[in-house]
Amino acid sequence: MGGPILKLVAQRIALGVVLLFAVSALIFAGTQILPGDVAQTILGQNATPEAVANLREELGLNDPAIIRYFRWLGGVLTGDLGTALSNGQDIATSLGGRLWNTLFLAFWAAAVSVPLAVILGLLAVRYRNGAVDKTISGLALASTSLPEFFIGYILVFIFAVKLQWFPGISTVYEGMPFADRMKAVALPATALTLVVLAHMMRMTRAAILNVMQSAYIETAELKGLAPFDIIRKHAFPNAIAPIINVVMLNLAFLIVGVVVIEVIFVYPGMGQYLVDHVSKRDVPVVQAVGLIFAAVYIGMNIVADIAAIIANPRLRHPK
Amino acid sequence: MSNELDFLSRHVVAGRLSRRDFLGRAAALGVTATFANSLLAGAARAQSPVRGGTLKAGLVGGESTNSLDPASFLTQVPFLFGKCWGEYLLGTNPDGTLRHCIAEEYGASDDAKVWTFKIRQGMEFHNAKTVTAEDVVATLERHSNEDSKSGALGIMRGIESMKASGNEVIVTLKEPNADLPYLMTDYHLIIQPNGGKDNPAEGVSAGPYKVVVDEPGVRHGGERFANYWDADTMGFADQVEVIVVNDSTARTSALQGGQVHMINRVEPKIVELVKRIAGVKIENTKGPAHYVFVAHCNTAPFDNNDLRMALKLAMDRQEMLDKILLGYGSVGNDFPINSAYPLFPEGIEQRTFDPDKAKFHYQKSGHDGPILLRTSDAAFPGAVDAAQLYQQSCAKAGIQIEIKREPADGYWTEVWNKQPFCTSYWGGRPTQDSMYSTAYTSDADWNDTRFFNEKFDKMVIAARAELDETKRKQMYRDMALIVRDEGGLILPMFNDLIDAVSDKVGGFVTGKTHELSDGYALAKCWLNA
Repeated sequence: MGGPILKLVAQRIALGVVLLFAVSALIFAGTQILPGDVAQTILGQNATPEAVANLREELGLNDPAIIRYFRWLGGVLTGDLGTALSNGQDIATSLGGRLWNTLFLAFWAAAVSVPLAVILGLLAVRYRNGAVDKTISGLALASTSLPEFFIGYILVFIFAVKLQWFPGISTVYEGMPFADRMKAVALPATALTLVVLAHMMRMTRAAILNVMQSAYIETAELKGLAPFDIIRKHAFPNAIAPIINVVMLNLAFLIVGVVVIEVIFVYPGMGQYLVDHVSKRDVPVVQAVGLIFAAVYIGMNIVADIAAIIANPRLRHPK
Repeated sequence: MSNELDFLSRHVVAGRLSRRDFLGRAAALGVTATFANSLLAGAARAQSPVRGGTLKAGLVGGESTNSLDPASFLTQVPFLFGKCWGEYLLGTNPDGTLRHCIAEEYGASDDAKVWTFKIRQGMEFHNAKTVTAEDVVATLERHSNEDSKSGALGIMRGIESMKASGNEVIVTLKEPNADLPYLMTDYHLIIQPNGGKDNPAEGVSAGPYKVVVDEPGVRHGGERFANYWDADTMGFADQVEVIVVNDSTARTSALQGGQVHMINRVEPKIVELVKRIAGVKIENTKGPAHYVFVAHCNTAPFDNNDLRMALKLAMDRQEMLDKILLGYGSVGNDFPINSAYPLFPEGIEQRTFDPDKAKFHYQKSGHDGPILLRTSDAAFPGAVDAAQLYQQSCAKAGIQIEIKREPADGYWTEVWNKQPFCTSYWGGRPTQDSMYSTAYTSDADWNDTRFFNEKFDKMVIAARAELDETKRKQMYRDMALIVRDEGGLILPMFNDLIDAVSDKVGGFVTGKTHELSDGYALAKCWLNA
């Protein structure tokens, strides 16, 4: 079984790399058509014509786009993301800390939400159409229908302002004791869990229910197996591919789509960093962050594909 | 009642109210003199500085693009943190007077052209180097260099030459300027070793706190500088921390949850709610900041003074103040100066909403058809609503305003100072001269009303050179009248700067120009034990 799988995996990864190159060209082109001029935006209301001209010269904005693209790409391939135009800080250094923060938050949100979603999904199937199923689905749908900022503010109001159990602003920093850091991410991680839970839980439920229609489940039922054993042993393994897909999509969202939560909880992650630099037309940073986000999405999709292939023998032998 | 007494007693301790007045006020409220005196003693006790602890501020106005280079300071967070670690030639006191910092003394030649600053001896930078006249000159040079990106470049242009001589810095100006000492308090002009020419963003100066944490857009931290020259007035907390909280709701809840001790920019619409939070006080600064509608005086149809006058008369200032600022401000009078300025021209008639007169001027101008006004919430909070209110009041005068809502992103580069009629804001400047020469003289960098008036330009230069205060006041009055009656500025209101401060904080005194005690709140306040 090793041969064909390795080949498939290699194919997927190669495809991912090609895709990433295409994305890099798109990102570069996209940042070129942003309105406004980076030099002028950096200086803001204080921009005098001389200052703008000086800054443009200093930033090398006078070279043609194609030269700047290859200069940038070359840098990225050698691990050099350049320096931020607006404050001269090394992008790789500032991004490293931010990326770590984002991954830390995403990890804890995922660590809670993924098992919870799968377990709740299994429970919902086991007691389908009963009170348990309806309660679980209802609550999950309610939490997902509320906007993220609303969930965030409600959590802050109850747990930070009223009860004062957790801090309402989650400023984490390097060298922060682990316990403090956990306390700081508690509320944003909870908010994110509530945001992504319903999607994963509903997909788990739907995928398993889909499998439950199959003839072999009927056979299992006729053999007299306990309902939960049927779900666990026979239905779940066959429903794993779509579940992994939705889990990966949500994981990607936890990394690249949490700007609102970061703003509400003042969490120093990638999203806030990107927003600040977009509004300053800080092109190298926007490009770097865009590329990382694209890599996350492409990577997660590859993992989902590969997991699905491993989980389902039929996909290993395409006809 | 006790709130008022408490408030008044703090005023006595801060030196803003005499003891006699306080006792009179207390008697009027039916309080015995003995009780009033004990109140006062309590307030004084609460006012004696306490050392220690970490004082924290949650502020809007910080971005991950910020840098510690003082030349690049634009927004509130670098401004306030700069006052913690930076030391200036001269600073400001809460009452608007000058505070002698690195300049122990200063003086001008009779024609206000040559200024001498005597540098305080024995002061030390955070890197243990002694502060010298050469460092001061290097700093001023860096900010006045034409290649500089410094926000202070505009005010440094008037300098012809400068040199260090022993422990003195001698600055020679191109034109006389009686306000030079005030210009030296500009928040960009942090004195750095060798003027910051080596590494401007290293955050080294001679202020009360040393920079220990610098994470732009996240937080900034300082720890007390042991060799600070004026340890009796500043640097009481062991540590200060600025946490960047750009979201208004998050800022308020951080204060409420006790994670920070002070916040800036409380929105007028929630002030009444914040006042109800136990242990939190609202501190309101009646500064020189103002919200404006600017029209280019050189672009049709705004090149007609009758039309400009019609637009000014069609502005319902009181309604703007009530509905946009909910009363947290004061009405404007179409010139950019209010009583926050030292030589404020008093007694100029307040312009009010007058649809009939507006109609008269509008018809006289001969203009017909809609007038396009561009706006965005980037201009000031509530700018879009303000534009709509204005549209309605103009309609009453028969003037048709068409509103175009522009994206906030790019507003300052694409709309403001480019399009002929738009909404904007100004933060104000330390003196009338700097306000006028920043935006109203013909050669001003940000002449956003395209106001070209030779007579006015000459008056600005003449007033700058005038050392006789009475004459100067008269000149500023004449200048205000020109801008008010001929300029392209429609100024409906001056906005208050609203801070909220925990009652754990001692020594907070409202400033005159900027928020949070003119930016000194972290540097000067302490945590009550």
